[in-house]
Amino acid sequence: MSAESPNNVVLEFRHVSCRTEEGRTLLSDINLEVRRGETLVLLGRSGSGKTTALKLINRLRETSEGEVRVEGRATAEWDPIQLRRRIGYVIQEVGLFPHFTVEKNIGLVPRLEGWPEPRIRARVDELLALVGLESELRGRYPHQLSGGQRQRVGVARALAADPPILLMDEPFGALDPLTRAEIQREFRGLEQRLGKTIVFVTHDLREGLLLGTRLALMESGKLVGVYSPEEFLRAAEPTAAAYVAAFREADGSG
Amino acid sequence: MWRFFYENKAQIFQLTLEHMWLVGAAMVLAVGIGVPLGIVLTRRAWLRRPVLWSANVAQTVPSLALFGFLFSVPWLGARADRMTIAALTLYALLPIVRNTFTGISGVDPAVREAARGMGLTDLQMLMQVELPLSLGVILAGVRVATVISIGVATIAAAVGAGGLGEFIFSGLSMVNNQRILAGAIPAALLAVAADTGLGAVERRLKAHS
Repeated sequence: MSAESPNNVVLEFRHVSCRTEEGRTLLSDINLEVRRGETLVLLGRSGSGKTTALKLINRLRETSEGEVRVEGRATAEWDPIQLRRRIGYVIQEVGLFPHFTVEKNIGLVPRLEGWPEPRIRARVDELLALVGLESELRGRYPHQLSGGQRQRVGVARALAADPPILLMDEPFGALDPLTRAEIQREFRGLEQRLGKTIVFVTHDLREGLLLGTRLALMESGKLVGVYSPEEFLRAAEPTAAAYVAAFREADGSG
Repeated sequence: MWRFFYENKAQIFQLTLEHMWLVGAAMVLAVGIGVPLGIVLTRRAWLRRPVLWSANVAQTVPSLALFGFLFSVPWLGARADRMTIAALTLYALLPIVRNTFTGISGVDPAVREAARGMGLTDLQMLMQVELPLSLGVILAGVRVATVISIGVATIAAAVGAGGLGEFIFSGLSMVNNQRILAGAIPAALLAVAADTGLGAVERRLKAHS
């Protein structure tokens, strides 16, 4: 199915299905490739399976059938800890450690990987600047930060050990519209500078169009199709067209 | 009454120390057994019912009866202080195990998910995230257990282990009120001091989570 050379494909889903213990199907026969340096948006409504698919990549969930390949190796063959250290993970609730300062939160993985303290400090400074936070915030605790600041720290924390892959699960969904728009714009600029391979889960078409290189539309556990932003807007496929129509209607235009 | 205290202050002091030794040793054992046990319960669901049930049973047995049972246990029953420390440890287990389990289970799921996704090993998760965030709750269990132990330890005198119960029991049989109070008041003060002191530490620890 792919005309891409093998080492341009960083992530692969091969006939992946995922069922709960009770037998409910979450994903069925997903085949997907994510190319190096792109931002692949997993777009779909609640229950479409997009978060499940994301969690298969860093083995927070296991497949029932098929395999997910990361950097050429099946996830089942990776040591889960090593796999997760190579993948940055950002979730909607952020999940900052409340008993750590901003600095300790960001520096946790580097510290666990044994980086020398000066290198960690420098890296924290670098990342705070990258995500647009003043360096004075390094000593603050999460409960002293605003929602937008917290999520910026979450992104910084995910980038700390400079992983080649980033997984993001509706990271800006809990922010107010103004903060969300601001962070999306900044993230767009960041994407280009970072050059990482990003898988971004969202139900917001506008966010997907803004941030995605390609959009993978999911519905009821199946992959409907993969489109470029322009292709998506013109798509004849019913689910995609319905999505576009719903967003146009919400905008108030025809 | 104060004259009685003053005249016997050496003995009151001695008995208080004995009391603190009995409770202290038991608490060290109870924490050393109870906290790891609580941690295991968070990792092995099938153990929860049996362990929590056993600890519950240990607590409902009347203290004097528990001393009676332990009397016939080979190594433990041989010496009064061993028997007492064993009984106090058993009594302290339920609050500590239960609070450790509850504290760790109560860690914010988002924090847990982020930590797992970042590639923390199970041990790192425990030491860096779960235990630090549960410390306040665990300490609350230790506080409750300590206060209970101080009270139960007064019964230790009935089996000859010493402690402030000595004055209480001998005062009862001699019908000497001052003697009784000389045992009861320091015990009560110990309990209040432990509750207040540990409560202050607990508040400090809870400030961050």
